[in-house]
Amino acid sequence: MIKWLCQFGLEFLEICRDFLPIAIVLISFQFLIIRKPLVNPRRILVGFIFVLLGIAFFLEGLDLALFPLGKLMISQLTTPEFLGINSLDIATTWKNYVWVYVFAASIGFAAALAEPSLLAIAIKAEQISGGTVRAWGLRLAVAIGLGSGLALGVFRIITGAELYFFIISGFIIAIIQTPFVHKSILGVAFDSGTVTTTMVTVPLVTALGEGLAQAIPGRNPLMDGFGLLAFASLFPIIAVLSYALIAQWFNNLSLSSTP
Amino acid sequence: MLNNRFINQLVNSFFDLSPIFAVILIFQILVIRQPLPNAIQLITGTFFVIIGLTLFIKGLELSLFPLGESMAYAFARKGSLLWLLAFAFCLGFGAAIAEPSIVSVAKKAAVIASFKHVIEQTDTAEKLYAFGLRITVALSVGLAILIGVFRVIRGWPVYYPIFFAYACIICLTPFAPIEIVGIAYDSGSFATSTITVPLVTALGVGLATAIKGRNPMTDGFGLVVLASLIPIIFVMLYGIFI
Repeated sequence: MIKWLCQFGLEFLEICRDFLPIAIVLISFQFLIIRKPLVNPRRILVGFIFVLLGIAFFLEGLDLALFPLGKLMISQLTTPEFLGINSLDIATTWKNYVWVYVFAASIGFAAALAEPSLLAIAIKAEQISGGTVRAWGLRLAVAIGLGSGLALGVFRIITGAELYFFIISGFIIAIIQTPFVHKSILGVAFDSGTVTTTMVTVPLVTALGEGLAQAIPGRNPLMDGFGLLAFASLFPIIAVLSYALIAQWFNNLSLSSTP
Repeated sequence: MLNNRFINQLVNSFFDLSPIFAVILIFQILVIRQPLPNAIQLITGTFFVIIGLTLFIKGLELSLFPLGESMAYAFARKGSLLWLLAFAFCLGFGAAIAEPSIVSVAKKAAVIASFKHVIEQTDTAEKLYAFGLRITVALSVGLAILIGVFRVIRGWPVYYPIFFAYACIICLTPFAPIEIVGIAYDSGSFATSTITVPLVTALGVGLATAIKGRNPMTDGFGLVVLASLIPIIFVMLYGIFI
């Protein structure tokens, strides 16, 4: 117990250290440039401690419960035996890896829903929009996007196709969707797509990419493990834009049917 | 009263996280088909995650959101564009410079670079390369927040800078060395962290609320996405010039 407390304390200090540069920026601008006393300094300090403690608990919990399980599953699913790779038979095609796609999709789906910064944006969006943007809808759309994005990213690692091709196509889809989406949701859509890639997703996705690049013949673990995160931050954007389009379409439909 | 509210929030956090438990249980039962290893550890871990999320959300509402917004108001009232932009840049730079995932990815990138004989195969050359990469990412995140804040002030549509960044990335990729492309595309995602996202969001929303003629919903968001796009451009440039 004491050992654990020490370890937890160390982790907490590490989080504080990572946070230090931002704290310096905030404090120096507040006191040197703005030069006005904070409205409620004690509340803000307590809040900061809550945030840092919350992150420490969250990470510790992830380390205890989610990451070992996730990484174990990833390593089991990417062993050559499980994948059925025969070192003599080079003709294994991308179809042999069905379970890896399913797994990547569900990992993505679950990780997006667990992501605290996505929750933060979703809460803010719900507040400001007065409830027209639902936090749950936004999070589900992002989760579906992240799931399908990861499945596609895994497909790319397995086939060894160009990363460039996929990402550029994603950009073009997003660009085409943009003019049709109501402008009040655009910023939220782009932001919430990006924030999936923080505390929960990054370690899991990195482990998935490295595991796959190591297991699949002809891939360089140094290089081919990269690129999954790009999928993870692009496809949720497309998913949220699609969600917004579908919601608009339904709204129009119900408006025109009830004159 | 306080107790009650805390318990309420714990329950909320549990519901927020329930899908992830469902996915894991389904996989455990259907695919792996083994009893859960270390059930006690799992339950403690789950409990920690729920407590952590509750504290984090509570802390956001107490500090990060109001602080970001009140600083945005203060800058808007002060009316000094230069200081506001300086603040935006420093915030982005400070957020990215210490981000542990960027440190580790920069190290990996240096190993790849020396493996490909882009740089000399010595420790100092690798360290220098990794450090250069970190500075590049931090500078570009700073620039990204600066551009985002500038956009809110000018009232440009959200997608102008985003599309411009997309265009830059599309044009630059064919010229970038192939080994840096994957790293570049990923480096953007590393740059946004759990503390920066709410802070930057609050800053943008606060500015859009404080400035007349801006709508927080239309103009306030769209800063975080730039922080993940601009680093892609600059890391590729870094790869081209080194």
